[in-house]
Amino acid sequence: MKNIKVFFTLFLWLLCLQMVCAQRIEVCKDCGITSLKEAILKAKDYDTILVKKGIYKEYNIQIDKPLTIIGENYPVIDGELKGEIITIVSDYVTVDGLFIINVGTSYTEDYAAIRVKRSKHFEIKNLVLEKLFFGIYLEKAEDGKVHNNKVIGQAIQEHNSGNAIQLWYSKKISIQNNIVQHVRDGIYLEFSDDCIIKNNVSTNNLRYGLHFMFSNNDIYENNEFSKNGAGVAVMFSKKIKMYNNVFKENWGTASYGVLLKEINDAEIIGNTFEENTIGINIEGSNRIVYKNNDFINNGWAIKVRGACYTNQFVGNNFLYNSFDISYNSNINDNVFDRNYWSNYTGYDLDKNGIGDVPYRPVKLFSYIVNRTPETIILLRSLFIDIIDFSEKVSPVFTPDNLMDNNPLIKKIP
Amino acid sequence: MLKILKYSFYDLMRSRWSYVYFAFYLLLGIVLLFLNNDLSKAVITLMNIIIVLVPLIGTIFGVMYYYNSKEFTELLLAQPLNRSSIFLGQYLGVAFSLSMSLILGLGLPFIFYGLFKSNAIWDFSLLIITGTFLTFIFTALAFNIALSNENKIKGFGYAILLWLLLAIIYDGIFLMSLILFEDYPLDKLSLIGTMLNPIDLSRTLILLKLDISALLGYTGAVFKQFFGTNFGLIVSFIMLTLWVIFPVFRIVYKSKRKDF
Repeated sequence: MKNIKVFFTLFLWLLCLQMVCAQRIEVCKDCGITSLKEAILKAKDYDTILVKKGIYKEYNIQIDKPLTIIGENYPVIDGELKGEIITIVSDYVTVDGLFIINVGTSYTEDYAAIRVKRSKHFEIKNLVLEKLFFGIYLEKAEDGKVHNNKVIGQAIQEHNSGNAIQLWYSKKISIQNNIVQHVRDGIYLEFSDDCIIKNNVSTNNLRYGLHFMFSNNDIYENNEFSKNGAGVAVMFSKKIKMYNNVFKENWGTASYGVLLKEINDAEIIGNTFEENTIGINIEGSNRIVYKNNDFINNGWAIKVRGACYTNQFVGNNFLYNSFDISYNSNINDNVFDRNYWSNYTGYDLDKNGIGDVPYRPVKLFSYIVNRTPETIILLRSLFIDIIDFSEKVSPVFTPDNLMDNNPLIKKIP
Repeated sequence: MLKILKYSFYDLMRSRWSYVYFAFYLLLGIVLLFLNNDLSKAVITLMNIIIVLVPLIGTIFGVMYYYNSKEFTELLLAQPLNRSSIFLGQYLGVAFSLSMSLILGLGLPFIFYGLFKSNAIWDFSLLIITGTFLTFIFTALAFNIALSNENKIKGFGYAILLWLLLAIIYDGIFLMSLILFEDYPLDKLSLIGTMLNPIDLSRTLILLKLDISALLGYTGAVFKQFFGTNFGLIVSFIMLTLWVIFPVFRIVYKSKRKDF
């Protein structure tokens, strides 16, 4: 009985939707309408287009009115490498559940699987994109959602591949639960403010897992970036918040967990940096708070290149990194306090959990390696340990005030 | 040769020093594992110890054994026995007993700790393999020194000097020359420099496992090929084997010509 009741109300509601609110247009091989373009042409504002399972060979589909396009069982939209596939130019558009493949490659135009142009309140979700040039390209868009998409590229060279999710002059976009792999840049933001990037997994990309330039007030949370060509690059931005992300296995000569360049007033809290060649590379970045991060088994946990002032490193775990911190100048204006260093050899006589001897995270050897990179081959040699020790006793080459006065005895959980 | 090997081996097994050596490693393993509670840290500490201590003990023990059993050797030489088999048997006896102390001493605590279930097993077996290689290399070098020097004090002096040279001074000179010639491309030179010293060689081998992320930070095609692929591992092992073979050949050569 109950079931019938529910069904009945649903039916009535659907009927209302059909008659009063919006129409529902079906697209399939045997229906009256066999292509998405035709359906869009026939649809009125706020209609729903239901695309049934099948292969639709179409490109340059322009959505110019507020529509909801839903794919049933992932219908394939095949662009046949001819160009851009879907372009959204209207507000209030939802695209859901399509399988889009074969985006055209061009050296003069950035063809995308789905592009949003100067629109607001759009929703792009549950898409699967393969064989693409650019994936989801947001151009001067606002207040949109990009959720639960899966983008798998096959990028081999940087110059002829595109980015999975690209934002350009966009605002207030939420990018969540996406999986991006094997493209040039996983997620790329340029001039995009107030965005939330959450729970995404970006792996095996050619260049950066996440790349952003000139984008302020953005939040990054619980994302995973691993095995990317150059890790994650954050440049020329203000007031960025990075919480609880994982940066893993970014190996290479110019590969970083995070590359910070000209970043001011950011917060980097609770992140994990594991097995990167360089955990965080800092250049010209000021007033950044690094708190409760874990640096595990990195080549260099933190590499400070220069012009970095009033940064705070508090309560981080530095575990088994080849070098904890590398510093290339003699002046230090940054604060290191209450971190746990696995290389700390001091003692705690008064049992307050804080080591009685300050810890100097910069070793002489890291200074030598900065000068002559080939000497890295002498890492962990007894001779190096001896000169490191003598430098520790009386610092000459490393900044003498760069130390953690309150090194913790136990790892922060 | 096998008989002499067996005799030397049993002789050493009964000796106090083997037990001390064994007990030392056992204690070290237990302390590192059960007081530290952190396998990766333990492996790093062990590496430092193995690279420094194993060569030292190998050289000192080899020289000591040779001089101590000199009278017995002279007795054996009076018998109708092949000279090379006498010295090789003694050498192998020492090397085997030292390696056994090392493997058992470190292996037992790690096995009790649950090595087979942890993923540190590869790091650990690499440590043991390089440790064994170092034992064989430095015992052979010690026998060479002892064969060339009749004078005990001189022999010990040279043995300690050899260890000091390879463990510390070599790296110092190596570092100085790298800094001195920093304007030139140095990646090949640095790799060759590593190959020429067995201690550096085994250190690199372990670095390949522990610090690969740092090693890949250097820009250089040769480095990249060496460290990024299995090539480095294979070449290192071949070089270590060569480091065993050459001193052993010299033992044979020298012992045949020596006038007792």
